[in-house]
Amino acid sequence: MLKKSKTKTRKKPSPKKQMTGAEALVKCLENHGVEYIFGLSGGSVIPIFDVLVDSKIKLILVRHEQGATHMADGYARATGKPGVVLVTSGPGSTNTVTGIMTAHMDSVPMIVLTGQTISPMLGKDAFQEADIAGISMPVVKHSYLVKKTNDLPRILKEAFYITNTGRPGPVLIDLPKDITSGPFTGSLNQKMDIPGYSVPGKGNQKDILKIAQLFNASKKPLLLVGHGAAISKAENAVRALARKLKAPVVNTLLGKGVFPESSPLNLGMLGMHGTAYANKALINCDLICSIGSRWDDRINGNNNEFCIGAVKIHIDIDPAEIGKVVQPDAHVIGDARLVVEELVKHVEPKDTSKWLQEVGFYRKEFPLKYSNDKGLTAQKVIDELYQITKGSATIVTDVGQHQMWAAQFCLAERGDKWISSGGAGTMGFGFPAAIGAQFGKPKELVVAVCGDGGFQMTLSELATASIHKLPVKVIIIDNKYLGMVRQWQELFFDNRLSGVDLEGNPDFVKLAEAYGIKGVHIDKVEDVHKKLKAALAYKGPVVIHAEVIKEGNVFPMVPAGKSAHHIIIEPPTTQLEKPTGST
Amino acid sequence: MAKANNIKKKDTHTISMLVANKPGVLVRVALVFARRGYNIDALVVSPSVNPRYSRMTITAKGDPDTLDQIIKQASKLIDMIHAEEHSDIDAVHCELALLKLKATAANKTVIAKLARKFHVRIVNESKEAVIIEQTGTTEELDEFEGLLKKHNIIEMVRSGKLVMAKGKEST
Ligand SMILES: Cc1ncc(C[n+]2csc(CCOP(=O)(O)OP(=O)(O)O)c2C)c(N)n1
Repeated sequence: MLKKSKTKTRKKPSPKKQMTGAEALVKCLENHGVEYIFGLSGGSVIPIFDVLVDSKIKLILVRHEQGATHMADGYARATGKPGVVLVTSGPGSTNTVTGIMTAHMDSVPMIVLTGQTISPMLGKDAFQEADIAGISMPVVKHSYLVKKTNDLPRILKEAFYITNTGRPGPVLIDLPKDITSGPFTGSLNQKMDIPGYSVPGKGNQKDILKIAQLFNASKKPLLLVGHGAAISKAENAVRALARKLKAPVVNTLLGKGVFPESSPLNLGMLGMHGTAYANKALINCDLICSIGSRWDDRINGNNNEFCIGAVKIHIDIDPAEIGKVVQPDAHVIGDARLVVEELVKHVEPKDTSKWLQEVGFYRKEFPLKYSNDKGLTAQKVIDELYQITKGSATIVTDVGQHQMWAAQFCLAERGDKWISSGGAGTMGFGFPAAIGAQFGKPKELVVAVCGDGGFQMTLSELATASIHKLPVKVIIIDNKYLGMVRQWQELFFDNRLSGVDLEGNPDFVKLAEAYGIKGVHIDKVEDVHKKLKAALAYKGPVVIHAEVIKEGNVFPMVPAGKSAHHIIIEPPTTQLEKPTGST
Repeated sequence: MAKANNIKKKDTHTISMLVANKPGVLVRVALVFARRGYNIDALVVSPSVNPRYSRMTITAKGDPDTLDQIIKQASKLIDMIHAEEHSDIDAVHCELALLKLKATAANKTVIAKLARKFHVRIVNESKEAVIIEQTGTTEELDEFEGLLKKHNIIEMVRSGKLVMAKGKEST
């Protein structure tokens, strides 16, 4: 899949007596098991790129630094290992901010290495100097400005530990050029020095027992599974808990797959565009237990009306999440897998047949549905994708209507099979993240589902997919609109469309072909199955351009700021009031 | 620094933090407050007994729920050893003020009298001005400041509150 870079023609320099900072840095990255670096070079990082010529780490040259961060993110979500980014100073570093923020919002491990001007020039507005450590401070888990070359091994060790323990998050390391080109005289094996950092583990036993009692007293329990459960690989534990309790399970957008969505106990995604039956279960449960979810406003809508009357339990590794949005009746701070494994031992098997009957009724009464009467719909294309792959593919989405339809129709069977920008909702994420995921899972089918708007934000990475002959598949759901925004304007703003028409879209098939990538066009209902199946089976990268009806809307919908009671299941016939919720 | 007497007392909080003695820590802490709309009224950064750590004492106002979030979020900073709110009951607290007053022949004796009464020191005297140093609780400082108002305060500097937990408890 990957050719060694053609640039490796220069002869190896004669062995130097002393290591440089850059050599020490790359050695450390190798020692930390880094396979890939996603990056783009520039003056301040030339010393590091030079060392990479002789490293076993594979350098993936991107076409824009934002792409590098989303690739590293997709790689991390697909493999559980931190993704590594390397960019130059100034604009190279600021181009990573969106990707860092995206990773931070979704607790993704990532190491971002940024070049910096030489130390004596810091603060003097040197060429391409940007205070990236300052700029990124609110969106990183931690960051470093390296002051001494000999500190590099300690800093890298700390960074790799911090980024992927506890609640994961991106770590940025700013590397002045004199630090990387200067001599390294220290030891490569250094101790960490982070006395203020501790990682919650199995949780307090008393807290767990209290929760078990609440479960034992409940008649209508509901498990709410979030990204934290996926990150801690709590799949088996959650399954054991749900089965012992015979409790239905709902998941957040990022908790998809932790509990198999094809199971009869699973009600799919809840929240703004979740299934009606998940939201009905939410309203009617007598106990809700969040496992690694942060009760985001896309789920709870209005926290004053959220699950009133139900016992609320919160299991989270991040103490700051407890009581941040929803005040729980009981909580445990710890790793989701370890806590749930222990909890399973203390809950009693339940007879929930009545509750399951009730939930089953909602499922029957309010199924997800769509019709192709007016032409090919996005739902049809996405549903067909699921019918062909049945959870075997890793689905990576961009942000918008297509993302919600993918969440509704592409059921996930494992946490790492679903990758989407949840907290940040970053358009432009999907395609590069799918490339990163494909690097992480070279043998698996990886499919990006993108909108025509978001795809065009990072489409330059077609070059990256093409060069590496990555088998990644991209489905562009082309409705010729910034669809999600158009939907809000239609429903809440009298259909006064403003800045949502994507006229001027390119011919996506020709665009793909211009990059040497196979392009497939679909615009008829009867073609979807055949063409999609063939495209997914193709060996190399494919861009599938699906032209769908322009005015499709995502339902169900809970208007922002409203509780699940206000769910709109069918397209409304009257004008709705403007939503009060955040976005 | 905001005038202490404008602050609704129950909304004013004193938080003591022990942090790694590293560059940038102050910015990280300040961001946690600013993001959540908390106004920092006073901030003292000082060395601790262990040179690896610094002490930050922050006086800020806002609602208690937000403060709870701020302390939890600040505790997550990698460089944060611990962060805690202290009440006047569980901790000793004091503050230092320097006040510069316009000196006239007439008020010098009044000032000297007041100084004796309030156990404050006159640390500098010149023809035009007198500088007074006062140590005490925030309330004592506020009271003294109020009394001196009519004596033409030219400048005032206050250290911000310092706290130390009583007994065996660590601050
Ligand atoms: C970088 C960025 N800019 C703007 C938005 C706001 N936004 C959310 S969804 C959306 C429309 C997306 O359009 P498209 O990619 O065509 O997908 P569709 O909704 O039509 O499926 C917009 C503009 C965003 N989420 N991210």
